[in-house]
Order: sequence, then structure tokens, then C-alpha cells
Amino acid sequence: MRRLHMIPTGTKIDFIGKKIAFFAFSFCLIIASIGIFGTNGLNYGIDFKGGIMMEVRSNSGPADVGALRTQLSKLGLGEISIQEFGEPEEVLIRIQRQDGDEKAQQAAVEAVKSELHDTVEYRRTEFVGPKVSEELFMDGVMAVALAIGAILVYIWFRFEWQFGMGAVVALIHDVISTIGIFALLGMEFNLSTVAAVLTIAGYSINDTVVVYDRVRENLRKYKKMDLPELLNMSVNETLSRTVMTSVTTLVALLALYILGGEVIRGFSFAMIWGIVIGTYSSVCLAVPILTYFVLRRSDDEDEEDSEIEKVEGEGAV
Amino acid sequence: MVYFAKWKIAIVVAVCLLGVAFAAPNLLDRNTTENLPGWLPNQQISLGLDLRGGSHLLLEVEAQTVINERLESIVDSIRQTLRSERIRYTGLGIRDSQVSVQIKKPDQVQQAYDLLRKIDTGTETINENGKISITMTEEAVLKAKRSAVEQSIEIVRRRIDETGTKEPNIQRQGDDRILIQLPGIDNPEDVKRLLGKTAKMTFHLVNHTVTPEDILAGRIPPGTIALPDAENENTKIAVRRKVEVSGDMLIDSQPTFQDAQPVVSFTFNALGGKKFGQVTSKNVNRRLAIVLDGKVISAPNIQGPILGGSGIITGRFSVQEANDLSLLLRAGALPAPLVILEERTVGPGLGADSIEAGKVASVIGLLGVIIFMVASYGRFGIYADIALMFNIILIGAALSVLQATLTLPGIAGIVLTIGMAVDANVLIFERIREETRNGLGPIAAIDSGYKRAIKTIVDANVTTLIAAVLLYQFGSGPVRGFAVTLAIGILTSMFTAIMLTRLQVVVWLRRTKPKTLEL
Repeated sequence: MRRLHMIPTGTKIDFIGKKIAFFAFSFCLIIASIGIFGTNGLNYGIDFKGGIMMEVRSNSGPADVGALRTQLSKLGLGEISIQEFGEPEEVLIRIQRQDGDEKAQQAAVEAVKSELHDTVEYRRTEFVGPKVSEELFMDGVMAVALAIGAILVYIWFRFEWQFGMGAVVALIHDVISTIGIFALLGMEFNLSTVAAVLTIAGYSINDTVVVYDRVRENLRKYKKMDLPELLNMSVNETLSRTVMTSVTTLVALLALYILGGEVIRGFSFAMIWGIVIGTYSSVCLAVPILTYFVLRRSDDEDEEDSEIEKVEGEGAV
Repeated sequence: MVYFAKWKIAIVVAVCLLGVAFAAPNLLDRNTTENLPGWLPNQQISLGLDLRGGSHLLLEVEAQTVINERLESIVDSIRQTLRSERIRYTGLGIRDSQVSVQIKKPDQVQQAYDLLRKIDTGTETINENGKISITMTEEAVLKAKRSAVEQSIEIVRRRIDETGTKEPNIQRQGDDRILIQLPGIDNPEDVKRLLGKTAKMTFHLVNHTVTPEDILAGRIPPGTIALPDAENENTKIAVRRKVEVSGDMLIDSQPTFQDAQPVVSFTFNALGGKKFGQVTSKNVNRRLAIVLDGKVISAPNIQGPILGGSGIITGRFSVQEANDLSLLLRAGALPAPLVILEERTVGPGLGADSIEAGKVASVIGLLGVIIFMVASYGRFGIYADIALMFNIILIGAALSVLQATLTLPGIAGIVLTIGMAVDANVLIFERIREETRNGLGPIAAIDSGYKRAIKTIVDANVTTLIAAVLLYQFGSGPVRGFAVTLAIGILTSMFTAIMLTRLQVVVWLRRTKPKTLEL
């Protein structure tokens, strides 16, 4: 039986030789992401901004977004966004955070409900007060920062510090570009997006670790080989697996993106983007970066660095 | 490698069978599982509110109110004490959570200090040149706040129970917050209305000597306060500060009708009944104000002594208001007001749709991955797929046994795990292919493929696990559900991908003893 081979065996693609192109591309990507983030900002969901979100389904055929807007804007609740959501009967109403404390938010929910009354089915009502949204935001930032830190420490512990650096550069690249794409598309950035970013971080590192593992193994096996050649060999040897895993994960995520419903769509989108960018960064950033370091090629299985070697490595940067 | 210890085989088989047993109840409907014999596993995965529909409310107890009230009562006690001892003072008041008073005559300072020290045991009293300052100790503040929160939880539980909500989950969160989860409630306005009132009821005598003009002019004698009328907040009624009877002595309250008007009946306990009897006997033809949360709901004339310990409250109630008030009086007053910080309500329609969409996405994702694996690795792909199926069964079993909550992001976590679970097998199979290309025979290639890949698998999965743990730590609600399924999925996938596929491969190797490896 013929097997499906995503990647032909024995590829000899020169990844390291193109490193300047990769670095330039990624550099532009990051600058662009930061730029867009700076100008557009993120479209924060109510989790982080506070405010009210209601998903309603019209009881009388397709919803009339225009009529709803006039109906609700006379309540004087400030900025109201109304958009179709999935099906023509369904709309998503977003109302800005009300001035004042938590009670003001509550009053706004009641005002909308008494205005729309029974003309719609309330499929989802969420309101987040200023206090909680601030906390959720801080928690999200903390979680991402700690995750990157913890992963750095783990890689450092399992490999060597140079690998940790490479992995974290790739990781930060993934996180920033994910934020960039959200800023560019104006997609809602909420708690589940943070969950997606953290998962992307885990996944991206997963890929990086697999390639690094091979690099380490080859460093021990081929002591005389040039580093760029050795890195290229390691990437090519693991390329088939890298692509296979990305494809199976993407298959599952595409199913989720297309069929998983509107609520989860932003999350699946972030994940799909993250898998693609994470795979790219593992192969095209995390590995080429290693050429700027001097890597240890000792025979002992002990993975702990001795102090002397660490100093050597640092001296050669 | 070809040697797979008997006990290991036993463990792998046992785990898989247990997985099936514990996951199975999820395929039955709830009634059937409840009637299963007790020794059979019968726990089902509990669904989060975003899937089953329901309301999630996060409340904060404004515990500072309790502290303020206590400080105010200290002020009252100081005033009474100093007056009865004829100690002259000035500047009695509260500033920055500190009660202070200036004693006028230096020779009375020590006496005043000794008296004021005894007013509240949870305070610290300092005397500075005749200026006596009282602050609550940190310990006392904490204790008061803690007990306010605990009491609030109890009252909230009673009020929600009274509404007949099924399976409410009420728990404390952090220092001063209460998390309420109400499955099946898609319009929590009723509950929110009930929780929005502290429902402190007190009975006061109306001060008849104060005329409406006096109130307007602000000429309120000491010991009297002007409280707004509940019907019309611009009208104020002057009542004596002294609480004649208070609502915490009530044992029952019911909505009822009088002259076709909704009214609320109440019954005091023995002590309250006695007090109520005394007040009404002594004050016939005077008005008794019923005050709820600082507003006068009615101030009827006392027609004659009420000795039975029960009575009715009239006021222009709607049926709804009469029902609410009696419920609040039955459940008791909150020690401090509650503020709703966050609400997330999902209607049953959306929940059911989400489950359906999640199921479809999982099945399609699963099928895609299964086909892909078989196409890529043939026989080995089938082994990996069998392991994948068991992986999903084990996730289901773990969620049921741990009674972890499955949320919509949790379903996403499972779908993601489906994609990532085969990674371990991909790693192993690719390695075996490589070793075969390097000229190793089937057994040696498989042996070395497993050995070398496992290290990588562990490293790669630990990093994802780190992300999952942090997500759990910092996430809330549905996101936590995602972290839980992701973490469980990583652990079970490591087991199934490594142990279960290996077992199948070993069995196949032993049976067929292949000369070459088709992979």
C-alpha cells in the first residue's frame, strides 16, 4: 500500500542559509504587529474592558439590526454596537462600560431588557464590572508572562541556556504576531483569546523542543560537523514529523473553526494562526538563532551544565 | 522491546477497561444512571453553565458597611456614656475609620478614657492631650468582615433556596466575594432583585412633635431621624432613632390579601412578640413606622395593643412586591449590601447549540485525524487511531470521576488534544522509519524508535502542561475548563500513545515476526 508522505524522505532544504531572509521577515512581522497594535489597539472584549454583551435571537424572523440600533440608542447608554451573529435571526449587542460603579452596569442591562422585552430570546447575557475586568486583564498578562518565564526555565534546565534563549525568542515572536493579527483584523480579544495564546505558547515550544532534541542528539553524534550543516540536518530529519503534527492539529482545529459555532470561532482562529506561526518560528527562527551561539558537544549523558562550560559559552557569544 | 512485561500488559488493559467503565455512564440518560446498582460507576460529566444554560453571578459583600455601622454605634455609645456621666466633650465624629472626641475638662480625661476603653473590645483607644481616638484593631476588622461574608453567604443561600432554584452552587471566592451558579436560570432578574436588597427591617415610633415644616427646614431634634417614604422619596417622616423591635426577631412572613390588596403578614418569636406587645400597648393612637433598608414602607396608627406577636404590613404593594418582601423577611437580612460584579448568563438554546456544535466538530476532527493517520502510517496508523479512541474515552472517564466541569472551551481543549495526541505516535513512527532507513531490522528499529522518541515526547508535553497549569491558576470559569481538559488530555495521550500503541505493536510483532517493516 502506498503511504501518504507529506514531506518526501531525505529532504535537504537549506534553512540555515536562508536565515537572514527569515529574520528579516519575522522582524518586519513583529514591527508591523507592534505598529498596528500601537495605532489600532486591540478590540478588547468585555472581559477586559468591562461592559455588557447580549446575544439575542429575534422571535419574529430575521433581526432588523437598524431598527434595533435606533431602539436601543435612545436609552442613552453610550456606545452600542450591534452586529449579526452567525444566523440572520441572531444579533450580538455590545454596550460600552457605563460610567459609575457596578450598579450602573446592572441598571443598563435592566434597561435593555425592559426595552426589548419579549421580542427576543436572550441567548446570552454577560456583564463585567470595572473591578473584575481590571483583575481579569492583570491575570491574563500575568499568566502569559509567567508561562513564558516557566517555559524558559524548563528549557534551560533540560537543555542549555542557549536553547532557552532561542525558544523564548520564537515564543515571544509567536505571541506578538498573534496579538498583531488580532489588532489588524479587529477581532475581539477576550479571555479565551488569552487561553489560545497560552496554548499557542505551549504548542510552539512543543515543536521547538522536538527539533532541539534532535539538535542535541546530533551534536553528540557528529562532533566534527559544521554547526550550520548540523542544524540543517536536524531540521530536515524532523521536518516530516513537524509537518505531520501541525497538519493533524490543523485538521482538528479547522473542524472546530468551521463547525464549532460562533462563540468559539475567535478562539479557533487564534489557535489556527498560532499553529502556523508556531511551526514556522520553531523551524525558521529557533534553530537558526543557535548559529550565533557556541554549543557544547560533550559526550556525557548528564544534562546539567558544568559552570566552566557555561562561562565558555557566554564568552563566545 | 518485544518483551512487554505481563504486569505492564495487565495495567494497560486494566486502565483501558476502567476508562470504558467510567466513561460509559455518559452514554446513558440521567435517569438510567441513577437507577444503576451502587457498585457500578454512575457519575456523568458535569456540564458548565455555558453548555447546560444557567446564570453565573459574582457578588461582592460591601463589608466596609459593617465596619462603618460599628463605628457609628461606637459614636452613639460614646455620646450616651459621656452624657450620663456628665462629661463635657466636643468634636465627636468619625474620620478615616477613626472615632475621635475631645474632652473639655482636663480632670475628666482619665475618667472618660477609662469609660470609652470599655465600649468595644475590638478597639484600640489612645489619649492625646484630652483627645481620645478609637480605632478598630486590624484583627477585629478582619473578623467583622469575615463574619459579614459568612453570614451573607448563608442569607444568600436561604433566599435562593426560597426561590426554588434547583442545584444552586454558592461559594465564597477570595476574601469578600460570593460566586453563585444557578443552572437552568436564563433570566436571573428575579434573583438579582432579591439579592439587591439587604432587607433590614425595624419598627420605630413616629415623632409626632416634628411637623412637616420642621423636616423641610431641617429642624430635627436629637434622637430623631427623618427617613424617606418608600412610596415617595421626597416626603420624609420623622421617626425616633430607637429601634423598638427589629426584623431579626421574625420567624415567619407570608404574602396575603387584605381588602383585595396584597399585604405581608409577619410573626415574631416569643421575645419579639413580647416587645411588640409592649410597644403597641403603651403607644395606642400613635404611629409605628415600619422601616425597610432606611425607607419607611408604612407608618400605621396603632389601633390597640397587638399581643399575639403577629401582624400585617400594608403598603401599596404589587403582588410581586408582597411576595418578594415576605421572602426577604423569612430569609433574613444581609449584614451588608451586595454588589454584582459580573454576570454571565447563557440561555438553554445557546447551550444546547454549543454542545451540538462541539460534538459535530469533535467527530469531524476525529475522523479527519483518523483517516490521515491511516493514510500516512497504514497498520501503525490504525494502532495510533485505536489509541486515540481510548484517549478520548479516558478523558471522558477522568472528567466524570474528577467531576471536573466541561465547558465550551473545554470541548475545544478536547478537539485540540485529538490533533495533538497523535503527535507522540507521529514522533515514534517517524523515528522508526528513520531507523529502518539506517538499516536496522524491524525489531531493532521499533525498539530504538520508542526509546529515543520517549524523551522528546516527555519534554514536549511538559511544556504544554506548564501552560495548562498557568491557565488553570489564572483563568476563570470556562477558561479553567479548557485548562482542565487540556491537562487531562496531555496526560492520557501520553499514556495511550506510548503504552497502548506499543502494546499493539508488540502483539503484532510477536504474532507475525515480520522480516521487513512497512511503515
